[in-house]
Amino acid sequence: MPETNGNDGKPAPPAAPAAGNGNGAGNGGKVAAVVAGAKAVKTRAVEEMKGAIKAPEKTDLWKSVLRVKHDETPRSRALGVLSNVFLHLHPAKVNRDAVAYNYTWGMGGMTFYVYITLVFTGTLLMFYYHPSKVVAFRDILYLDSDVPFGKLLRNMHRWGAHLMVIMVELHMFRVFLTGSYKKPREFNWVVGVLLLVLTLLLSFTGYLLPDDQLGFWAVTVGTNMARATPLLGHGGPFGPQMGMTPFNDVRFGLLGGSIVDSNALLRAYIWHCVAIPIIASAFMVVHFWRVRKDGGISGPAPVVLESEIKEPRKI
Amino acid sequence: MDLHQLWTIVSTPDNVPIVLLLFVVPFYAWYGLRQAFANDRLIAQLEGNPEMAKTHHRKIQPFKAGWTREVHVWPYLLRIEFLAAIIVTVILMVWSITLNAPLEEPSNPTLTMNPSKAPWYFLGLQEMLVYFDPWIAGVVMPSLIIVGLMVIPYIDANPLGNGYYTYKQRKFSILTFIFGFIVLWVSMIVIGTLIRGPGWMWFWPGTTWDHNRLIFEVNRDLPDLFGIAGRAGKIIFGAVVVGAYFLAAAVLIHKLITKTAFNRKIYARMSVLQYVTMQVFLIIMLSLPVKILARQLFRIKYVWVTPWFNI
Ligand code: HEM
Repeated sequence: MPETNGNDGKPAPPAAPAAGNGNGAGNGGKVAAVVAGAKAVKTRAVEEMKGAIKAPEKTDLWKSVLRVKHDETPRSRALGVLSNVFLHLHPAKVNRDAVAYNYTWGMGGMTFYVYITLVFTGTLLMFYYHPSKVVAFRDILYLDSDVPFGKLLRNMHRWGAHLMVIMVELHMFRVFLTGSYKKPREFNWVVGVLLLVLTLLLSFTGYLLPDDQLGFWAVTVGTNMARATPLLGHGGPFGPQMGMTPFNDVRFGLLGGSIVDSNALLRAYIWHCVAIPIIASAFMVVHFWRVRKDGGISGPAPVVLESEIKEPRKI
Repeated sequence: MDLHQLWTIVSTPDNVPIVLLLFVVPFYAWYGLRQAFANDRLIAQLEGNPEMAKTHHRKIQPFKAGWTREVHVWPYLLRIEFLAAIIVTVILMVWSITLNAPLEEPSNPTLTMNPSKAPWYFLGLQEMLVYFDPWIAGVVMPSLIIVGLMVIPYIDANPLGNGYYTYKQRKFSILTFIFGFIVLWVSMIVIGTLIRGPGWMWFWPGTTWDHNRLIFEVNRDLPDLFGIAGRAGKIIFGAVVVGAYFLAAAVLIHKLITKTAFNRKIYARMSVLQYVTMQVFLIIMLSLPVKILARQLFRIKYVWVTPWFNI
């Protein structure tokens, strides 16, 4: 565009100490001063950059994120764990034998890790899935064939779910074998049982979502049991006497209908993707909190001999 | 021998977890019990040698005087967690790359799958349907399993074995749990997955699933065996038999609980409430194998027949 001629289009140079009186020589001096100034700024910037790269932990940015120094001192190591929201469920130190793999088998921790991968892959799956009878099955086909990494995503979610069920059961087995449910951890065992049930329910509600024959019949078989609930199911003992029909019993409540259909799909979806994950996460938080509050992992504790049993306190 | 059928069953994607279960459950049972026996040997040693009991650190883990009792979580625990996370990720990735999640035909209410199976972790309950009516197998038993698990800490009066593996000090509870978890829960899952075929019939691994097979089982009700007719008669008879079972099982369990001197010591610590709760759950748990035997040996369908429910 020709209408901007001369200096009009550019901003005036900011630092021009000798205010020019309008001739050519004055202009040349200004330019030199600006260049020198810019060079000085550049050297400073390079210096600062070098400093930051050499010792990033000295920068304000770093300090603001991590809050404490991370050097090799015991104090820093402890603070590094305690002042981090994700790690602070851990104490700063643990019994040296408690880190032995053979005691806990790492099962609870790995269960939790698999749960996190499931939340992650599940969220990604939700971008492609509509909980509607018309498109649900097609969405899965689409995921399997067209979505980039969709197949891997779906496989990881599926096998992760199976893995989690296996791991929860093994974790429970370990906790039983080590007697870790005994005083003072009784209540955490109860929380654990609830987590086991929630894990199974998560897996079960997810089974229906592909809307294929496998899921459909599995859920039909499963929810047909609810029909037989004593008192509350129309096929159960004393159900008819309580006025239960296929249209008002517990099974109807679970499915949102008398057969596994679009309402059941929507209900399974909401339980699977929203309600149960929230409830399960809440219980997991309680579970971990209680592990800490009950004095950390129960062992490996020194063995107690039969002759050392104390008399029980009478209430 | 139909290897093709066997391969089809074992390699069905959703059956792979059970094949995995077949390996990991025995492995971890062995892994835990091995440490239990090692601890038991240590306990025996300490009991025989009071001097040693005073000075020994009382663990099977290695120990040297002067070692610190505690270690920093960072790095000693976190690096293990990090490593475990990586290993689990790799396993899950490899599994997901090599094996595809199943997807059958679109759901079709008019086309029943045969066999139609619940997800594998509920197959123990579905297997129970062979022996009990749905209201027991599908509703009452699951609820009792959940509540029964929850009460374990409150009825176990044995203070020993808290925080270390041991078998000797907790024989009764360990055997009971292994019976419930491995013998009843896991093995019924395995049966439901690998053995039950069309019509929920029993097909040994390696035999062909014959969709036309019919089995004529003449299952009889116990009252009929005794020639008891009439509604009231059957109700009363059934109640008596079930009552008798409860009594017999209670006596048997009581004998087991008070068998050894150590068990009697623990028994003496139990409150009445603890004892009754424990009895009720153990009796009901035992009713499953008893009913299985009654069916397999005597072809008995129901023992208690009423107009409202059958047991
Ligand atoms: C979603 C399921 C679960 C998760 C994520 C979970 C996680 C954990 C973690 C991370 C620990 C720390 C020790 C370890 O790793 O073993 C733990 C301990 C414990 N868990 Fe779980 N758990 C779950 C289910 C259960 C179940 C089903 C039970 C029992 C019925 C249970 C009972 C306990 C008890 C009693 C402890 C304390 C053990 C000790 O101090 O040695 N948990 N859990």
